[in-house]
Amino acid sequence: MEVENQEPMQLEVDLGHLMATDLHHVFPSDPTPSREDLISQCLQKGTELVQAIAGSLFTLPSTEDVDGPLVKLPPPLAKLPRQKPLPKPKPPTKWEEFAKKKGIQKRKKDKIAYDEQTGTWKRTYGYDRANDEDAVPIIEAKPNDDPEEDPFAKRKENKKKRVEKQEKNRLQNLKQAAKFGALPSHVQLAATALPITGTQTAPKKVTKDELGNIAGTVATSTASGGKFDKKLAGEKPAQHKGKYRKFLPVVEGRGIGSQEKEQTEKILNKIMSKHSHDILNVDKAVTMHTVKKEKNRRFEKAKASATDSKLKTQKKSFKKGSSKKGKAKGK
Amino acid sequence: MLRIKTAKTRRGKRELERRAPQLVESGKKTLLLHGTKTSAVLNSVLTQIYHLKKGSAVKYSKKNDNINPFESGGETPLEFFSRKTDCSIFVYGSHSKKRPNNLIIGRMYDHHIYDLVEVGVENFKPLESFTYDKKLAPKEGSKPFICFIGEGFEAVEELKHLKEVLIDLLHGEVVENINLAGVDRAYVISAVSPNRVFFTHCALRLKKSGSVVPRMELVEVGPSMDMVVRRHRPPNEGLRKEAMKTSLQKPKKKEKNVKGDPLQGKIGNIYIPDQKIGEMSLPNKSKGVKRERREAKQNRSDRASKRTKEDS
Repeated sequence: MEVENQEPMQLEVDLGHLMATDLHHVFPSDPTPSREDLISQCLQKGTELVQAIAGSLFTLPSTEDVDGPLVKLPPPLAKLPRQKPLPKPKPPTKWEEFAKKKGIQKRKKDKIAYDEQTGTWKRTYGYDRANDEDAVPIIEAKPNDDPEEDPFAKRKENKKKRVEKQEKNRLQNLKQAAKFGALPSHVQLAATALPITGTQTAPKKVTKDELGNIAGTVATSTASGGKFDKKLAGEKPAQHKGKYRKFLPVVEGRGIGSQEKEQTEKILNKIMSKHSHDILNVDKAVTMHTVKKEKNRRFEKAKASATDSKLKTQKKSFKKGSSKKGKAKGK
Repeated sequence: MLRIKTAKTRRGKRELERRAPQLVESGKKTLLLHGTKTSAVLNSVLTQIYHLKKGSAVKYSKKNDNINPFESGGETPLEFFSRKTDCSIFVYGSHSKKRPNNLIIGRMYDHHIYDLVEVGVENFKPLESFTYDKKLAPKEGSKPFICFIGEGFEAVEELKHLKEVLIDLLHGEVVENINLAGVDRAYVISAVSPNRVFFTHCALRLKKSGSVVPRMELVEVGPSMDMVVRRHRPPNEGLRKEAMKTSLQKPKKKEKNVKGDPLQGKIGNIYIPDQKIGEMSLPNKSKGVKRERREAKQNRSDRASKRTKEDS
């Protein structure tokens, strides 16, 4: 073996990570080596290191497997930081504490149990289970029983109460575990309502868009319309930027007409229209009224000129929107 | 009022349990992403790192313009992505005039930034530019050998940090047993100067030698680049202490198919796969056939001789 460097080769081999480090190698820098030289040197040293790792790796005791020899690696020397904190141990639930105090052992139930009623082996829980108390067709009445009470309904209610109590206890146990930071990984506790005294209704959940809109509305109360407000990291820019104010051009072009006149006309119309009626077109009603009046005058003139007024039938007007309406609403 | 929320599907529950903190941790998933401006070199670097770590890496292709890992406000998108994809290492590439071909490698603890290392990539040679015998190509997901050369890795603070981060990035999964036939790749990382590191990826060729230990040969296959260390942010002491904590407990391993009573003793279940006897082929059929034929011949000749005897 050629000895290139004067110092003995000192390698640190970490088999757990299949890693080797050579901390004593110095790259010669007097005649600055070319890139190829450097690369070849690196590869050469790399080969030596890999050989050293392989040397210790292949001499480990190996077991034969289908694909090839398996070796058991020692634990790694170089410590790496964890990616998540250590899991915290679960605090015992209320039942577990009670059982420990009383010395109650857990007993494993079999999947199948003997059902006395039918005399067969049925499953312990689930549909059509053994010794099911709720599935009896007849409940015998006891002497001190209330004749108006429905025992089946009573049984159902008792079961419901038991289930509710169990759920409550489960929630309490989970809350206790959450306090210690040991909630099981697939469970989350979500708040459905805030603990506000007084109002019974749960406050409405505000969505992301609504919050954005509210923030935008609030921003317009600043002098610059929320343009220079400091934003939190990750907050989206405001959609309604700055103030809305439209100024008319200083010099108007020809042919369009006066924009200022239009602006003031629009405003005036809006003001005046408060006292006008949308349903009734005043001018039309007035013209209809005058036309009707003229007709009546002509008719009366004709009537006066006619010979007998009694013989003539009285004409009634069945027209809609007759003069009455015009008189009533027109001003 | 609290409500218990559980996963609605069995698969969701399994995923949540996988993402929960565990006593002994396996390999970290890597997130690869880039900022608004990237160069061709940087794009190539990111895709090739993704290929090296296929299976335990997630690569984002969109531009992200609000990420500044070294500033206090600019790390929230990274933490959000880390939480969504369950990745604890990220590689963020960006290109600017001040920092060309910039690569920031960072680690997360509990989905918050733990430490950062910023390197510049120079003299990048992609996978395609190396010619070698295709049979030597390393398989995906194999555990690599990692070699560090140079005194810089002990002397210089940044290089020490870079070494730790590179081990975390490259070492793959933490395994107890390893198949000796499956070692086929090595990363060689050398500190040529106090701020420059030469990184290359090689395939291993095992050659027959006299003893059990084969002779190793390195063949450069993979991407190679020069890393110039720019900035780095080490973790603060308290966080580092917490992250390095290990537990003395071993994870509970349930022994399956075994149950025991003090009365009955230890009972185990053995499951035999279905033996399709009708479809099995007999071994050494020809030998049996030969023997049958021989015996049949013998019987025939015996019978013939007997008959002749009786006849005569």
